[in-house]
Amino acid sequence: MCVAIPARIVQIEDDTATVDIGGSQSTARVDLIEEVAVGDYVLVHAGFAITVVDEEHARETLALLREAGLL
Amino acid sequence: MSKREEAIAESHRLAVEISEVCDRPTILMEVCGTHAHQFARYGLAQLLPDHLQLLSGPGCPVCVTSASEIDAALMLARLSDVTVATFGDMMRVPGSDSTLSREKARGADVRVVASPIEAVALAERTEHQVILIGIGFETTTPGVAVAVREAKRRGLSNFTLLCAGKRLIPALDALMAAEDVSLDGLLGPGHVSTIIGAGAYREFVMRHRVPCVIAGFEPVQMLRAVLALTRQLRDGRAEVQNVYRGAVGEEGNTKALAAIDEVFEPADAEWRGLGVIQAGGLRLRERYTQFDALTRFEIDPPDSREHAECCCGEVLRGATRPQECCAFGIACIPENPLGPCMVSSEGACAAAYRYEA
Ligand code: SF4
Repeated sequence: MCVAIPARIVQIEDDTATVDIGGSQSTARVDLIEEVAVGDYVLVHAGFAITVVDEEHARETLALLREAGLL
Repeated sequence: MSKREEAIAESHRLAVEISEVCDRPTILMEVCGTHAHQFARYGLAQLLPDHLQLLSGPGCPVCVTSASEIDAALMLARLSDVTVATFGDMMRVPGSDSTLSREKARGADVRVVASPIEAVALAERTEHQVILIGIGFETTTPGVAVAVREAKRRGLSNFTLLCAGKRLIPALDALMAAEDVSLDGLLGPGHVSTIIGAGAYREFVMRHRVPCVIAGFEPVQMLRAVLALTRQLRDGRAEVQNVYRGAVGEEGNTKALAAIDEVFEPADAEWRGLGVIQAGGLRLRERYTQFDALTRFEIDPPDSREHAECCCGEVLRGATRPQECCAFGIACIPENPLGPCMVSSEGACAAAYRYEA
C-alpha cells in the first residue's frame, strides 16, 4: 500500500488539486510539496502528492503500474 | 526495438553482469512489498544466479500491523454510533477472531477511504464518532498527520485516530539484530524513501556495515540496484546508493517530515514478526492527544494472538519463505487468507501464490 501513483496537475485551488491519472480525474492535496504548478507531474499516495517527478518518469511508471495490475 | 524489447534486453544484460560480479553466496532483502511483487511478476529472480538469494522483508504496512492493533480496530468497530474509516487493504486482515470486513457484514459502520482527509470530511458530515485506522509507513503518515491537524483546526470533537503508524529505519535495525536472519544487502523502498530521503539510511548503513540501494519499481531499475549491491559487496563497501533519482532526493520531503513531526512523536511499537521495536512507531504529541481513539473510547487491546499455523512473522523477517509455511496454498489462499501476508497484494505470500505457486 506504499505505492504512489503518477498524476498530472490539472487545476489547483488552495491546498487541493484536480489531477489526471492516466485519463481519469481525481483530487489530491498538494500541501505536502513545495511549489507545484498546473501541468506538473506528481506522485500521489493516499490522496496526497508526495513529490514532483518529470513527465517521462510519470509516463513510464504509469504504464508499468498498469501492466503490473497495481492500478 | 520497442521499449519493451529494449527493457527485456537490458534486463538480460544486467543479469549477466550480476552473475559476473556476484562471486559468492549472497542474500539480499527487498524491504518493500512492491519490490517483492515485481520480482515475482517479472520472474526476475530466475534471471539471477542461484547463489544470489532474494528475501522479502517487512515492507508492507498492512502485513506488519500487529494482531493487537487489528483487534483494537475491531473493538472500535463494534462500539455503537461510530464509523470506522480505513484504507481498503485493511478490510480482510484477520485479527484474533474477526476482520473489519466481517464486522461490516455484521452491521458495523466500516468505510473504506482513499485518503485520510476523507475521514475528516466524514466527521464533518455526521454526528457519529469517526475513527481513522491510521496504519502506514512514512509514505502514508504525513497525510494522516495533516488529517489530524485539520480535525483540530476545524474543531472536530468527533474525529479520532487509531495511531498505528510505523517508522521504517528502527525496524531495519531490529531486523539486522534478529538472530534467525542474515543479510548481505538491502534493496531500499522507493516511495517511503521519497519522504525520508536517501540520507535517512546513512547512519543505519554505517552502524551495520550493510549496503543499501534505493530503487523504484521498474524491473530494469531493480536489477540495476541488485547490480550496485553486488558491486559494493565485491569491493567490500557498504554505502547508501540511490538509483531512483527521479523521485528520491538526499533530504526527502522536508514538508512531509515536518508534518509528521508536528503531530507525532516516535514511540515503541509492536511489529508483526519483529516484536516491540524501540521508536518503531508513532504516538500523538501531547497537543493532539485528544484525538487518540484508544484513550477516548478507553480501549485496551489484548496482547497479540496470531493464527497458530501462520508464519507471517517469520516471512516478514525473511527467516521463512512463504512456500515453507504449512498453510500456504492449502488453508491459506488469497480468497481466504489466514495471515496478512496473503491479504495484501504487496504481501510476500500473495505475490508467491500468484506468480510462483
Ligand atoms: S501462507 Fe498464509 S498462513 Fe502462511 S505465512 Fe503466509 S499469510 Fe501466514
